[in-house]
Amino acid sequence: MSSTLALQIGTVAQRSVLRTLRQPAMVVPALLFPMLLLAINAGGLDSATGLPGFPTDSYLTFALALTFLQGTMFAAMSAGTNVATDIETGFFNRLSLTPLRRVALLVGQLSGVIVLALIQATTFLVVGLTAGAGLEAGPLGIPVIVAISLLSTLGFGSLGALVALRTGSGETVQGLFPLMFAALFLSSMALPRNLIEIDWFRTVATWNPVSYMLEGIRSVLIDGWNGEALALGFLTSGGLAALALAAASSALRTRMARE
Amino acid sequence: MNDRTAAAIEAEGLVRVFKKGPRAVDGIDLQVAPGEVYGFLGPNGAGKSTTVHMLTTLLPPTDGTARVAGFDILSDGAQVRTAIGAALQEAALDPFLTGREHMRFQAALHGLPRELRRQRGDDLLERLGLTDAADRKVGGYSGGMKRRLDLALALVHEPSILFLDEPTTGLDPQSRTALWEEVQRLVADRGVTVFLTTQYLEEADVLARRIGIIDHGQIVAEGTPNALKAQIGRPSVEAIPAEPDDLGRVIAVLERFGQPVPGTPRGTTVRLSGDDASLADVVRALDAEELQVEHLQLHQPTLNDVFLAQTGRSLEGARQDEHAREEAQRAAAA
Repeated sequence: MSSTLALQIGTVAQRSVLRTLRQPAMVVPALLFPMLLLAINAGGLDSATGLPGFPTDSYLTFALALTFLQGTMFAAMSAGTNVATDIETGFFNRLSLTPLRRVALLVGQLSGVIVLALIQATTFLVVGLTAGAGLEAGPLGIPVIVAISLLSTLGFGSLGALVALRTGSGETVQGLFPLMFAALFLSSMALPRNLIEIDWFRTVATWNPVSYMLEGIRSVLIDGWNGEALALGFLTSGGLAALALAAASSALRTRMARE
Repeated sequence: MNDRTAAAIEAEGLVRVFKKGPRAVDGIDLQVAPGEVYGFLGPNGAGKSTTVHMLTTLLPPTDGTARVAGFDILSDGAQVRTAIGAALQEAALDPFLTGREHMRFQAALHGLPRELRRQRGDDLLERLGLTDAADRKVGGYSGGMKRRLDLALALVHEPSILFLDEPTTGLDPQSRTALWEEVQRLVADRGVTVFLTTQYLEEADVLARRIGIIDHGQIVAEGTPNALKAQIGRPSVEAIPAEPDDLGRVIAVLERFGQPVPGTPRGTTVRLSGDDASLADVVRALDAEELQVEHLQLHQPTLNDVFLAQTGRSLEGARQDEHAREEAQRAAAA
């Protein structure tokens, strides 16, 4: 990477991080709501662990994976909203008038949400493990959970940026939120897929990549080292990140309308 | 600047058509010399900002060509962006960053070395009177402070050409004057070429060496302010009778001295046509008819008169038309 590109990425990233951290309304819900849902789920659905074939006797451990994905979606909204705001306020034009390269703009912009995701993942792990959740893979599982979480954030964050770049509208980005939550609810977030009795739901959850991101993280918490679950977790989160980044980059090219 | 051209900015047949929209810019030809302040004067929606967006590479033209600092805006966009600075219509700032952070951010994106970033940023903040507010978040700045910071950001890489798109719209008179002084200083000290769009006659008159008047996407007049006013020729006289019933008689008296031109509905205005006609002659004629007037004023030609002569509307009237059109569009959308 050339020093100019590194400087550009670092500069945009620094602004993105500062901007994110200076908006408590963006950071606090992204931390609190997933933990609130965790507390409700762990308390209210604990009896589900009595189902034959349920992989653990701690619903807290099972549900902890959900917090990472839920946090990821908050981060995605943050990424999309930040990009849309820049377009709406004309700040994007300011960036377009500098020698800033496209890749630096996109990677730099997404850095803010990656930092937010890192703060979230650390908080969720500390709170979850302190509350008694298991970590079957041991301390080495922590970076694996963080890695899947960050890749998912990059993927969903790029999706948010893509919508912002295509539409230039913060409202449209906000409209993504229910869709992302639908994707979460139609996954294996509440039960393992093999225990979902309704056929169409199980089919949707099986085709839903979010299930595999959840199961990748969950495997580290419950199973220890499950190669297949981890491979699928990294494949879906990494695949989403690669595809969404490519699409966002293409949208950025159109938006900047250069040469 | 590239050797291939002597002009800082030149455009030929520049056109921009928006999808399902009008021809926002409809065949503009321009030549701006290095070190010149060129004023682009016109009402809202005339095509000023669209022209700036094309010249600064933010928007590709539908047709026509333009070179800025000798570089083609389509094929040499990166070089154009390096040569220019721009403060666009909205002072696009991040409310969560401080003024100083903005300066460092912009300087870094232009690739300035670390020490120079700090020094240049601090110098510009001081020059534009923002040192005291430098470490405050921009969200708390006044409109004038935001405009000044916007200008400072446009100057951080010392561009040879500066685009200012309605830089003083919405500013109080004091902030407006301060910004004018800074632009004048830049031109005098550094020989910066300035392309200034404005809807304020006074601003164009004070700052611009040459003015292009744009309406409905076309340049309808171009020249130095004095040359443009000279095209209009003689001054005009406006009279408002003390008694509204005397309006007809006042009109009859004034029409002996020249052709009527649009003016206040309570009175009459004529452009003096005789070589030796003066305000004193008009006063004597009104006195001879025993007519009393509430208001009598001699107007030297203004840029508004030039606009009026070229478009049949006053610039103020055009602004109101535009406002009414926007209101109607909003109402229709609702």
